[in-house]
Amino acid sequence: MSAAPQKAKAGAEKIKVIVDAVVPLNDLVTRFEFKRRDGGAFPTFSGGAHTVVEMQDGDITRLNPYSLMSDPSDTSKYCISVRRDDEGRGGSLFMHRNVKVGDEMTLTYPVNLFSLDLRAKKHVFLAGGIGITPFKAMIAQLERLNGNWELHYACRSEALATYAADLTEHYPNNVHIYYDDQKQAIDLDGLLAGQPLGTHIYICGPAGMINWVHNTAEAAGWPSDNVHSEEFLAPQPGKPFQVRLCKSDKVIEVGEHESLLEAIERAGVEAPFLCRGGACGQCETDVVEFDGEFIHRDHWLEPEDHESGKKIMPCVSRFIGKSLVLDR
Amino acid sequence: MTIQFNNETFRDDYSFKNSDRAIARFPFPFHEDSYMYSVNMEQHRGGPEGSVYEMRFDVDEHYVSEMQDRAIVLDQDPLRCQSLPHMTLAGWDLLELIMVSKSEDYPDLFELHRDGNTWRWINKPMGIDDTFTFMDESTLPYGPMEYITRQAQGDFAVLDQRDDMLWMDAGMVTTQADWSLDFDIGMNFFEWHAPVPKAHEMGIFKRALKFLLNVQQGAPARRLNWTMTVNPLLDTSPENYHKWGVQKTELTPENIGSKQHLRVELQTFFRLPRSNALVFPIRCYLIAFQDIVRTPKWGRRLHRVIRDLPEELATYKGFIDNRPMMLDYLGQFDDGLPTSPGVWPDKDTEPALHK
Amino acid sequence: MSIFKFPESITSRPVYGTLEPRKGPAHLMIADAEGAEAILDLAKQDAELVANAHIIYIPKGTGETFVEKLQALKPRQLHVSPSYEASLQRLRKVLEDAHMGLQVYLTGTEGLMGQAQNEAMAAGIPHTSIQQEHRGSIARRMQCVHCKGITEDVMTDPFVCSHCGLNLFVRDHYSRRLAAFQGVCIDAEDPGNVPESVELYK
Repeated sequence: MSAAPQKAKAGAEKIKVIVDAVVPLNDLVTRFEFKRRDGGAFPTFSGGAHTVVEMQDGDITRLNPYSLMSDPSDTSKYCISVRRDDEGRGGSLFMHRNVKVGDEMTLTYPVNLFSLDLRAKKHVFLAGGIGITPFKAMIAQLERLNGNWELHYACRSEALATYAADLTEHYPNNVHIYYDDQKQAIDLDGLLAGQPLGTHIYICGPAGMINWVHNTAEAAGWPSDNVHSEEFLAPQPGKPFQVRLCKSDKVIEVGEHESLLEAIERAGVEAPFLCRGGACGQCETDVVEFDGEFIHRDHWLEPEDHESGKKIMPCVSRFIGKSLVLDR
Repeated sequence: MTIQFNNETFRDDYSFKNSDRAIARFPFPFHEDSYMYSVNMEQHRGGPEGSVYEMRFDVDEHYVSEMQDRAIVLDQDPLRCQSLPHMTLAGWDLLELIMVSKSEDYPDLFELHRDGNTWRWINKPMGIDDTFTFMDESTLPYGPMEYITRQAQGDFAVLDQRDDMLWMDAGMVTTQADWSLDFDIGMNFFEWHAPVPKAHEMGIFKRALKFLLNVQQGAPARRLNWTMTVNPLLDTSPENYHKWGVQKTELTPENIGSKQHLRVELQTFFRLPRSNALVFPIRCYLIAFQDIVRTPKWGRRLHRVIRDLPEELATYKGFIDNRPMMLDYLGQFDDGLPTSPGVWPDKDTEPALHK
Repeated sequence: MSIFKFPESITSRPVYGTLEPRKGPAHLMIADAEGAEAILDLAKQDAELVANAHIIYIPKGTGETFVEKLQALKPRQLHVSPSYEASLQRLRKVLEDAHMGLQVYLTGTEGLMGQAQNEAMAAGIPHTSIQQEHRGSIARRMQCVHCKGITEDVMTDPFVCSHCGLNLFVRDHYSRRLAAFQGVCIDAEDPGNVPESVELYK
């Protein structure tokens, strides 16, 4: 309508960075610290935000989202912590094996799909394993705002308790750690029962933990608006399949270890995205025709959308069958 | 380029006036000869040199006088600026966004010097030179949102984002198209738009919300909206409607060219970094009918848009009673010739009026 | 019958439901006048829940009509208050002491439900999880957008602002924060030309 129409670009704005430090934290988790290549300051961000890291792995461009875990008000660097996933599609393995200090990489601007509810009279964080990362940034942010918070952090063992010692040392009164191998577990019923009105609870961890907290809180009469969760879905490998993109008139092959979105991008077709984890809704794509079965894995579409066969989130969902035609 | 600031009023004697330059850069909102709602969002990454789209926050010849008018409104009714308690952080975000943008875009008018959290802000047109501590409210004369929006043209709605919804939880609203912040504060996106006819049924707000929830840091967006105002009155608030409403009946065929104004809102949207809130600046531009019709294309097109606008919209925009008189006036400037697509005046290529 | 079906309206206008039993460690019920009937109906569905509840009841014009029936439900606490204002300090104390999981049930007039909802929201309960059922009078609580004064129990459109005396028309635009509908000057463009008042929803 107005002056200089500009087409929206896929993904968030990008920042060129250099790897400033690679810090192994334990057998599974390594921290990567980035500086800007132009020497400038990073945009500040809000606790819970993630960045999408672009990795050039040979011919393959990998785009993986990771929670920003540094202090949001420290604009000199961005930090992420990456858990090595030996079964995954290779993004975390690439980070662990190939990324060295001095490497040039590209990050996106921060995008927050898991932000604090700043109205909360109290914030209760429940972390499982690597799910601790967004809370590191949230805690740093709340400390500056004199926020009321506590953390309950479940880890497999002391050896794999990423940042547990550090957090306990800084905030001995707010942090509670539970070790699986010592048979320690969060007393969720007790925890939920004692919270004052206006408490918000945040969960980041495996799907089982997230569902457990949502279900328990619901049974205890908690409003769903006060329970927040983030589960990063990594696209899962699957059987290769073929897709016709009708707008761009192309037939593409989705490989075993790539997502549908990645295959679309590889074919040179621009598709919108932000989180690449099935949560933000940006890559929602209309299905024109199909003969087969969808494997929907996103958190975005409603169950009736999944059943309708009319929509797919290509960042995490797949397809098995004879033919699939997308409006892309 | 240094701007010559007008000394003018938006009330009482209404000495507001657009210079030739302001008329030429007016954000004419109609890209074709008809109008219907649309989401019409685009990225806000600059625009043609000298246009209102060029800078993140456009500063023009009306700046100083508009800020004086805002101060008058706030003296009379402090409820025009409100911020729910959880929105203070978003206020600091907004203060930073405006100070950084203005000092970079208009270095001759504004300066920002930052040394850690000690900030010095110089606003030359308004004669302000303040040093304060960022994120410490006690070092500013007002809350951060009020402080900076007393120095920025246009209204500001600051929207909290929660549960896939936007909530109007703070704002500075003194140049509004007849809506009350005091009444609407705390409402969600669908609720504060509830009185708008037709657009809900068309799914406009659902699509707009989906777009806005995904406006990201570093990637602001914009759109235009418009209405009509008799006299160059910035504060067309519901609060004062019982005082200004009667002015709508004072139009005559003789004074309509100078009294009737097209009111255009340049709405922009920025994601705020610390709070993850969204700020929605609503910048109001006014232009008298007699100044619009100096551009032949705009005269032709405005006549056709107003003539063909559905009755519901003309009622909602508050000019249904005056539409016949508007059409009598604008009809003089429509010779039936075709118009070129797009909003620009195209003065060199569009034919002069054939009447 | 105390149930009124409101015509469909704009999205800011509250839509009321029917109280239903919900899971939770504690239950707070606030009712005025015929709202008592909704609590009696709820007790038919789940007597135990109501027996565990804290009920604040403002009879308004109904006097003693429902008080005994409510007592017969044997709620853990029943407080009969002469007015909403008189119960406000008690309500705030109850909310201050409450824990997450508290279920709030509001029933009766729009003015009562709106104001009590506002207190519960301020205490940290999202409005989406507060139950409301309209019963009894369809009178509205109106805010004059001009002088900001609230006129209670408005039954006609237009009406006269009880504070500044302007003639206001009744909008369906509703503010949860003010617990009021918006009243706007009806004769601003033609002073003195005020249409005859008609009863709401007639």
